[in-house]
Amino acid sequence: MALVSVKDLHKSFGELEVLKGIDLEVETGEVVAIIGRSGSGKSTLLRCLNQLERHDWGTIHLAGQRLDGAAMSPGELSQNVGMVFQSFNLFPHKTVIENVMLAPVVVKQTSKAAARRIAEEVLDKVGMLEKVDAYPAQLSGGQQQRVAIARALAMNPKVLLCDEVTSALDPELVGEVLRVLEHLAAEGMTLILVTHEMKFARDVSHRVVFMHQGRIHESGDPQTLFSQPKTPELSQFIASVL
Amino acid sequence: MTDFTLWDIVRNLMLAGRWTVVLSLIAFTGGAIVGLVLTLARMGGLKPIRWLIRLYVDLFQGTPLLMQLFLAYFGAAVLGFDVSAWTAASVALTLFTSAFLCDIWRGCVEAVPSGQWQASRVLGLNYLQSMRHVILPQALRLAVPPTVGFSVQVIKGTALASVIGFVELTKAGTMLNNAAFAPFTIFALVALGYFILCYPLSRYARHLEKKLYGAGIR
Amino acid sequence: MTLDFSTLLPYTDVILEGLVTTLWLTVVTTVVGIALAVVVAYFRDSASDTARDGRPSLVGRLLGGYVEVIRNTPFIVQLFFLFFGLPALGISISAPVAALLAMILNLGAYTAEILRAGIDSTLKGQHEAARALGLSRLQSFRHVVLVPAFSRVYPSLISQCIIVMLGSAVVSQISVFDLTYAANFIQSRNFRGFEVYLVATAIYLLLAVGLRLLFEFVGRRLFAYRQGGSA
Repeated sequence: MALVSVKDLHKSFGELEVLKGIDLEVETGEVVAIIGRSGSGKSTLLRCLNQLERHDWGTIHLAGQRLDGAAMSPGELSQNVGMVFQSFNLFPHKTVIENVMLAPVVVKQTSKAAARRIAEEVLDKVGMLEKVDAYPAQLSGGQQQRVAIARALAMNPKVLLCDEVTSALDPELVGEVLRVLEHLAAEGMTLILVTHEMKFARDVSHRVVFMHQGRIHESGDPQTLFSQPKTPELSQFIASVL
Repeated sequence: MTDFTLWDIVRNLMLAGRWTVVLSLIAFTGGAIVGLVLTLARMGGLKPIRWLIRLYVDLFQGTPLLMQLFLAYFGAAVLGFDVSAWTAASVALTLFTSAFLCDIWRGCVEAVPSGQWQASRVLGLNYLQSMRHVILPQALRLAVPPTVGFSVQVIKGTALASVIGFVELTKAGTMLNNAAFAPFTIFALVALGYFILCYPLSRYARHLEKKLYGAGIR
Repeated sequence: MTLDFSTLLPYTDVILEGLVTTLWLTVVTTVVGIALAVVVAYFRDSASDTARDGRPSLVGRLLGGYVEVIRNTPFIVQLFFLFFGLPALGISISAPVAALLAMILNLGAYTAEILRAGIDSTLKGQHEAARALGLSRLQSFRHVVLVPAFSRVYPSLISQCIIVMLGSAVVSQISVFDLTYAANFIQSRNFRGFEVYLVATAIYLLLAVGLRLLFEFVGRRLFAYRQGGSA
């Protein structure tokens, strides 16, 4: 059984239909890169997966359990699906470790001591253990994004969603964030990423999904997809980004 | 004790309410004139003048309006004038208003980007010309919403004139209450009177503010 | 014209007594009034209430009415209404309690409105991050929204607390023995009104300056996170 299973997902913003029937299955430990032009619906798809957007039609299952609608409380949802944003969205008034500990303590009711242990563990994983007492404003963009990844991991989610996590970074800071994601992939973390980093999509992901006009236009293993695109839309897209 | 009908109360309050309006208009108009002079002097003046105006603003903003009224009332007596509550209230409220408006308007003039000053100076305009043709028209747009907003504070401020014996809406309320003893009704009606005067101005100020910032002018 | 302050000296303890009252009224009002404002701001914050789709709740509307009534009527009338009006309904309260209540309701309404501006300027990403982490609306308000909102509007908050402290001079009108009442009392004894009010005014000015310095000191501690900058 697939870990994430999306069936016939539809979503409109007013008149504009952004998702026109998405079917997608993601296995445990799989790394799936979603690519496509802006406006193709890829970010909306990702945001439906943790219900930041409510879809209009279709179902989402996680490990066989219905996730959408009122089936799961926000608290339960956050322990199944983690998310990292383009603009980091760290809480500016909390230190690095407070950012990471907040959800375990407040949502999961973990004790402070246990939450601190978890936080130190995940911060170590992203290489930010030395900065536990820094405030976000004292960190570089790359460091902030690594903390944001740790913050999502602290809830021990089954799948991590990454929404263009390197797009807001200066070019020289992109590498450190991608290395963390690569490391997570190697550890067997299930990742679904919307990304503009084609090299990363090709080298790290197990499967690439190309979205076009609200539909999954083409998908397959990265080597074949990038070298032998079947549709002219994908050929054009690849030519425009490489 | 005579019997007062509700209409008697309302009628008397409305009659006294006229003086609230008149005093508000005097304070606001007088305050705007003095405030404008202070603002211009503060923006262009010499250092000691700026410093003095700042002190003036801080003094009025840092002390109770009630004390300002008392000082105007008793201060005039010390100086040998026998002033009426009318005069004392008008003077104190005018000065109070001028200090706050000066502070609000200074902020508006400062909010005009410094590039505008430089551009007009480069074009050869002197201080007064730059002020008149470039800076003030822009500052004026920024100034309207907070100025309308402050007019509400002026109207509410006139209520304190009752304390030195000026018969306006609030004083009329206390006097009526002494005669009719219906405090709940009377003070609710007094509050309603102020609300009717202030609420439209508050709404209008908020509307203007939304329009200004909604249009993306900062 | 001659000024004579020496006739004030015998009344030093009267002034001190009034000063103490003004101080405790201000301290209690600041603490309780700001707490009230936080509650009001939470219920009026319909924008982040996703379940209601941005429409204000009934409680939110009622609290909105409270804020408008306070902001559009004079403090002295609110004070008279509470002190003289409520006993007519069978609810009698002492003058200091009426004064405190009026001051708290006043600061609460103004601060709620100030705080609302800070809450409204919370970035969408902060709400989304909180939701993605599973925080409820209340948890998100408390842990994510509130402190940055306070820090954004802190200068206005300081001014408002000072305005309410200065406005407290009016409670003398219902015979609360505050600094202004003390001044009135002395004036009625020695008939040196101008001198007495000059001294009282100076004390209020010092209080305003002191309150501002205290708030700024607390603010630097509370919002230290903003001085990030380097690195």
